[in-house]
Amino acid sequence: MNVFTEIRWSPYVVGAGIGVLSWLTFLVSRKPIGCSTAFVRTSGMIERLFIRERIGEKEYYMEFKPVVDWEWMLVFGVVIGSLVSSLTSGDFRWLWVPARWGTAFGTQPVVRIIVALVGGVLLGFGARWAGGCTSGHGISGTLQLTVGSWVSTVCFFIGGIITAFLMYTILGR
Amino acid sequence: MNDNPAEDKKNKQVKRNRSAPLLWGLLFGIIFGFLLQKGGVTKYDVIVGQLLLEDFTVVKVILTAIIVGMIGIHVMKSLGWIQLHPKSGSFGMNVFGGLIFGAGFAVLGYCPGTIAGAVGNGYLDALVGGVIGILLGAGLFASVYPRLRNKILKKCFWGDVTFPKLLRVNDWVIVIPFVILLSAILWFMEVKGL
Repeated sequence: MNVFTEIRWSPYVVGAGIGVLSWLTFLVSRKPIGCSTAFVRTSGMIERLFIRERIGEKEYYMEFKPVVDWEWMLVFGVVIGSLVSSLTSGDFRWLWVPARWGTAFGTQPVVRIIVALVGGVLLGFGARWAGGCTSGHGISGTLQLTVGSWVSTVCFFIGGIITAFLMYTILGR
Repeated sequence: MNDNPAEDKKNKQVKRNRSAPLLWGLLFGIIFGFLLQKGGVTKYDVIVGQLLLEDFTVVKVILTAIIVGMIGIHVMKSLGWIQLHPKSGSFGMNVFGGLIFGAGFAVLGYCPGTIAGAVGNGYLDALVGGVIGILLGAGLFASVYPRLRNKILKKCFWGDVTFPKLLRVNDWVIVIPFVILLSAILWFMEVKGL
């Protein structure tokens, strides 16, 4: 069996691969891997469609201009890379409700979508508040030994673990 | 039509130089997405399994990436090949933003990078719920940013300081103990069968 069509690789192989990939992004593109600015730029692009003239006044979009940049292409590439990996290994499937969610909270897609939407709002808001996400702070920032990125990453997991336990032990069945 | 062939060639060159970084971004993204999917971290069950402390895949991927990345980046920095790009932060940014992000991480079950992978994997809760939510949340932050900027986001500002700079020591004085410590955590998890 071809290694590239296997469904899962060891987390250590995947982690080492991401580590080497970070060398290449620094060397070739002079940029660390990061994902959350792509979303705020997209929000800016969408807002610009509706309120053309006011967008220029928003300070945040002067710092993060609503344009397709390197990081935006990186995030778009992630969709393609995952699609290629899952299609070639046969792991691709259309799925509304994840298995673990279904067991704890029921298999009703509407409920899952609404909660995912709320979670997304918190995630997008928190990522921009913290100035990065699991990749920008969690991998790229920590490997550069940035103090703020280590603090952020620890807080990501503290917040995540507390919230997950509250959800699954109090609300789950 | 441009009747000056030299000018025309120059314009094409400029155009190519502008799109090259984007194409590299796309290529690196494809590799990143491929790796994330192979690691299983494009899946809600794996991410939430980590936050419920049942499945340690996410921590194993992240810690290995940090160890390998940290060594290579600091070797290349020592050789003068690259410069670091640390993010600026503060207590107000990193702690409060981090905790809000963490809550969203658990409620959604994906993060901004893995959700792109989840979309590629066919997960519709990621595409229909999560992506739209992140766009709304990021847009909301852009709206409230002027009110937060000079207040909570500046609380205990520490800027883009790194541990070696903070402690005024050579990079390797920090890198080597970090690599040993993080490797020990991975080794401990293997021993415990996590």
